[in-house]
Amino acid sequence: MTEPTVALVTGASRGIGRATALALARAGMAVALGYRSDAENAEEAAAKIQAEDGRAMAVALDVADEASVGEAFGRVESDLGPVRVLINNAGYSKDGLTVRYSTESWDATLDTNLKGAFLCSRRAMAPMLKARWGRIVNVASAAAIRGNAGQAAYSASKAGLVGMTKSLAREVASRGITVNAVCPGFVETRITGHLTDEVKQRYIEMTPAGRFATPEEVAAVIAFLTTGDASYVSGAVISVDGGLTA
Amino acid sequence: MDKAEIQEKVCTILAEQLAVAPDKVTPAARFSEDLDADSLDLVEAVLALEEEFGVSIPEEEMEDVKTVGEAVDLVAQKLGVSA
Repeated sequence: MTEPTVALVTGASRGIGRATALALARAGMAVALGYRSDAENAEEAAAKIQAEDGRAMAVALDVADEASVGEAFGRVESDLGPVRVLINNAGYSKDGLTVRYSTESWDATLDTNLKGAFLCSRRAMAPMLKARWGRIVNVASAAAIRGNAGQAAYSASKAGLVGMTKSLAREVASRGITVNAVCPGFVETRITGHLTDEVKQRYIEMTPAGRFATPEEVAAVIAFLTTGDASYVSGAVISVDGGLTA
Repeated sequence: MDKAEIQEKVCTILAEQLAVAPDKVTPAARFSEDLDADSLDLVEAVLALEEEFGVSIPEEEMEDVKTVGEAVDLVAQKLGVSA
């Protein structure tokens, strides 16, 4: 039997990251689930994969911290093997109107959502170049395409992630490495779970599909982009938003 | 390892990385003009050299390296081997 392809999913303890880790494991990959604070849920998801006869490990990973990125990749490489599939999913969101938005919140948003994806992609790149194969999927947002009042930092970070996706795709396309972005709309996650019913209803009305996505519906698109079938898809920005940005 | 051995090793790695005939990889050969290497080829070559020789070559130090001979000099300098 050949060794399974190793995938690292950042922010994998919950939501889209967790669903993606499960989807990749079911596709036969060995999966590392990165988490910043929620070890319990990341371990639980890893145990679930193992219970389904998959290979998985939870790994502490603060994507905004270069040292943490280096340590986490080192652990994954020694326990599972070199990372061939990287899902930059870890995200931070704190809403607020710009007029009163703190510099600290701006920095925290950009550090996690944009710099974090850069740090992980950079660390993953040399082994992928050597292997002449790799898959990077950046989880952006409909907010990268369509502005949201109260989300200047979040939109900026996600639009930045889309820009990085396109440039990086051009840098490494000749080496069998694809880099793509998915832009989810409203998804049933912990973040949207905190919304009031009124706000939720308004978001549903904005969405042509008339409902939120499940994390699994986003994970399925991410998983496709990691397959051999998606070998000619690179630098793409794929909306998974029920028509929100159509 | 002396300078001649370093040069031989560097040239072998470069020929392989850049997929060019070994006889074209001479000290005077220029990466872009003579060996048709683009920026990503060079980065990959540096990664291979770093791994082979166990040295670290920062991006800034690569900027002045235009020829194979200069790459050999840089590796030799990193290893503390003088001409």
